Parts: sequence; C-alpha cells; structure tokens
Amino acid sequence: MNSAPDLTMDDGAVRSLHPRGAWTVANVEILERLCAGIQPRLAQGIRKIDLSGITALDTVGAWLIEKLARGGTTQASEAEITGLSASYSGLIGEVRKLNRRPPAPARRTNALADLLERVGRGVIAETMVFLDMLGSVGIALFRTMRHPRSFRFTSTVYQLGQVGWRAIPIMVLITFLIGAIIAQQGIFHFRKFGADSYVVDMVGILVLRELGVLIVAIMVAGRSGSAYTAEIGSMKMREEIDALTTMGLDPVEVLILPRVLALVIALPILTFLGSMAALYGGGLVTWLYGGMGPAIFIARLHEAVSINSFEVGMIKAPFMALVIGLIAASEGLRVKGSAESLGQQTTSSVVKSIFLVIVLDGLFAVFFASIGM
Amino acid sequence: MTEERIAIHVQDLVVGFGRKIVLDHLNLDVRQGEILGLVGASGGGKSVLMRTIIGLLPKRGGIIELAENGGRSGVLFQQGALFSALNARQNVQFPLREAAHLSPSLLDEIANAKLEMVGLTVDDGDKFPSELSGGMVKRVALARALALDPALLFLDEPTSGLDPIAAGEFDSLIKTLQRTLGFTVFMVTHDLNTLYAVCDRVAALADGKIAALGPLKSVLESDHPWVRAYFHGARAQMLHLNA
Repeated sequence: MNSAPDLTMDDGAVRSLHPRGAWTVANVEILERLCAGIQPRLAQGIRKIDLSGITALDTVGAWLIEKLARGGTTQASEAEITGLSASYSGLIGEVRKLNRRPPAPARRTNALADLLERVGRGVIAETMVFLDMLGSVGIALFRTMRHPRSFRFTSTVYQLGQVGWRAIPIMVLITFLIGAIIAQQGIFHFRKFGADSYVVDMVGILVLRELGVLIVAIMVAGRSGSAYTAEIGSMKMREEIDALTTMGLDPVEVLILPRVLALVIALPILTFLGSMAALYGGGLVTWLYGGMGPAIFIARLHEAVSINSFEVGMIKAPFMALVIGLIAASEGLRVKGSAESLGQQTTSSVVKSIFLVIVLDGLFAVFFASIGM
Repeated sequence: MTEERIAIHVQDLVVGFGRKIVLDHLNLDVRQGEILGLVGASGGGKSVLMRTIIGLLPKRGGIIELAENGGRSGVLFQQGALFSALNARQNVQFPLREAAHLSPSLLDEIANAKLEMVGLTVDDGDKFPSELSGGMVKRVALARALALDPALLFLDEPTSGLDPIAAGEFDSLIKTLQRTLGFTVFMVTHDLNTLYAVCDRVAALADGKIAALGPLKSVLESDHPWVRAYFHGARAQMLHLNA
C-alpha cells in the first residue's frame, strides 16, 4: 500500500507521464524532487497522465499531479488524466477546479523602500492615533466643563486611589534608593579631589530637576499605564465599549477622562513625594557614609538649589502624566479580538510611554535652558 | 468501499468523573464512509463520548478501536479552536508543516487549495481568526481538520452559532466533501436539519448508553421515552417533509 513513489515519462507516440506508488504527504519530499526533475521535459508538452500505477493518493499528491498536468500544457489543452481508480476520481475532480485564479501580481520587493515605507506609515499612524486621543479627551473635558454634572467624580477618585495612593509606597522606596545611590557614588568620586561637599548640589539639582520626575513617570508608565491598557483593552475585547456607545455614552468621557485626570493629579504628587524621599535618601547617605551632619546638609541644600529647580521638576509632571494616560488609553482601544493582541498592545503602551516621557524630558530641558530657568 | 468495514469500534465503554458515571457500558460501531450523527441531552455525554474516542479524555473501561491509526483523524471543534496568532492560511498549514517537509511554495498551494475546497477564497487566507465571521471560522477550521486528508473526521456541533442559511451551506459542504473524498464522519449535533440532510445514520445517547441507532426514520420510530421526547416536534416535521 505504501510503496515508494516513482515518476517516469514515456516518449512514445503519445507523450505521457506515469506516476506510480503512494503519492501522499508522507512521501512529499521524494515527490517534490521527482516533479522538479521532470519539470524541464514538460515544456515539450504531454498529452496524457496515466494514474493506473498509483496505490495511494491524497490532496498533496493529487495537487502535484494536477500541477504536472497544467505544466505540460502547450496552450489551452491540458494533459488528460487517465487510469483513475473510482475511489480517487472525486479527489482528482476536486483538485482540477482549484487554484485556477491567477495569483495576485507580485508586489514590489525593494526591501529598503518597503522598510522606509513601513516606518513612515507607522510614524504617521502613531502620531494620528495620539492626536486623535488627545482631541477626544480634550473634547470630553470641554463637555464635562460645560456640564459638570456629567463628570465621573467617583470613578476619578477611585482611579486616583489606584494610581496615586496605592503607588506611594513603591515610588517612595525606589526614589529613596536612587537618591541614596547617587549620593554614595557622588561622595565616592568627588572625594578624590576633595569636593565631597558638592554632592549636596549634585543630589539636590539632579533629583529635583530631572530624576525625581523621570523615575516616577517611568514607574507610573510601567505600573499604571499598563493597567489602563489592559483594562480598556479587555473591555474592548468583550464589547463593553460598544455596549457603552450604544447606550449613548461616550467611552472617552466615561472610561478614559477619569483615568487620564487621575494620572494628571497623581503624578505631580508622586513626583513631590518621590523627590523628597530621594533627598532624604541622599541626606542619609551623606551623613552615614560621607560624615556630613544633617544640619550641614540642609544648609548646603538651601544654598545649592533654588525654587527654580523644584518648579522645573514639578511643571513637567502633569505633561508626562498626560502622555502616559493618552498612550495607555489609545493602545487599549486598539486591542482586537485575540488574547495575543492584548499582550502586544500592553507592551507597546509601556514602551511608547516610557520613550515619549524621555523625549518630553529632553524637550523640556531645551525649553527651560532657553528661558533661563 | 464496503459498508461492512468498521471505522470506529466502541465496546463496553465506561467514562466517569469522580462518582458520576457519564457513559455506562456504551457500545457503538461507526461504519467506514458513513456520516453518523450523535444526539443527546445537553450534559448527557455526547461531547464526552467524542472526546474519549479522540483520546482527549481517559476511559475507565472498555475498548475503543479506530480503523486508522490516531494520526489520521481530523477534529472540528465547536468554536473552531483556530490558533488566534496565525492567519487562516497558516492555520491550515500548521498540521502539514508538522507532518512533512513541504517546500514553502507547495505549502501555500496546498493551503490555498484546501481553503478553496471549503468555499473560501485565497484572499481569506490572509485574515486572522478575529477578522473572520462565525461561518468562515468553521470553514477554516474544517480546512485545517482536512489538511492531512484524514480518513476519519470528528465534528462537534458543526452548525451551532450559524444562521439557518450558513448552517445549510455548511451541511451541504460537509456532505459534498465527504462524497468526493470518502472519509468517515462522526458528528455531535443538535441540528435536526443536519440530521435530516447529512447523516446516514443517527445515534441517540440517553442514560449513558446508545438508546437508538439507525437511519433517522427508524430512530424517529423508537419507543425509548427520551428519544420520543427529543424528536417530539421533529417527528411531525419530518413526516410533513416526507409527504
């Protein structure tokens, strides 16, 4: 039954092909080799394919024979298939009808151009999605300001608890550690040229201007941004968002605005607490490791940092929160039916918001430098 | 293909969960080349029987013999069970890829051929399961089940969730493919139209046993109380159709 397949060509008066043996998927490697071997000789045209030697046939084998029949055509007339056993006639008949439509024209395959096109389209699409979400949230905000009673106060407070209150311990812990590490490194290196007292300047300015807000924003993007995307995404998957729309409610107003607002309120608070924790950590290390008492630390800090540094850090916080919230919400709405897409969108939400937070920080640095802050 | 050859032989099958016995010394023979429809109450063990025959559930006792070795059967799950991370064509190619080393171009051609066999177009092959309608999901799942030309095809409620037109089309698709390719079909169904239009024989499962077995007409005439109740409405309908 499972005899080795074979293919011969008879160059007699009627040029014909004689496939023999088991033409099944199990032997497909041999079959493909046989067909490729005979391919060059098909150009002269064949009139007949004799299947009487076939012992077993499945779709793969039938399709290969059909391809031989089509490949051996001169013009319109395809090779005749004969010697069919009754049990395979249905299969051959079915296969004769298939794949008749000419394949779609091959697309341009300039890899570099394709890559550039993809990148370009990607950038435009991403920008549009972001602007779209910014606009939707702006409109929703405007509408709730005109009709304050439609504002989802409970939801906002709940979200504030989730992303603000419950995030405090981990934010404070991490920024405390970062402050301590910076101070330790500063003391270690500055000591070599007797400048250890400048550690206070470094810790103060670095933490208040940049690190406090940056670390907190990145943590929030990973902690709350991903949660927003997953929540909104799974609501999208289960058609809850569509249900809201059919009830005449705007999903942006009901789901997204409270979340974004909660982030915008929470992030400055977390940044403030984080910065204080980092300064505390730095102060503790300068005292225990650098031998500089708390009184001197505070006095030096007072001289080193102006209110400017603090303002610079705090001004950035709500903007970063806005970016994180908008990215998280728009990625959530892009979730499609599958579990895989939920994972993909959550990943891209976190990656994008961290990237944009850093870009935004750079832009702010340029801006503050140019206005002399 | 003689009618006498047996594709699935089930003898004294016992399956249970904990203390509950779902299948109680069940006997059933499925002939080669026939379409057998299995009916039964919801939760009555239809799916359990099918899953036990496929080998997805363990049996407590009895014999299950398949004429073909296990690798050569295809299963169409109720929800399609398409891999959501793969598009329709890749879903069909998946079993082929696992079974043999086909060249990529042949793999594409075979998958396109299978998709056309179940009434889809080549373009549908690029769609992902989340982009397909319920009927199309069933068709892609059928193409995947048929990928390796199984001699035995298991269908779990093939027409559930389809509208009557789509269900009718799917029924005739199964019938046509079964006639041309000559495989054996074991199907669990609730759809009376499917039973009437497609199935050669019908088995009714009640109290963990096969209560009636035979052509639909003879099952309709069964005296078993549950079978009578099940086909209560259908009996009149079928008589009307036959008239």
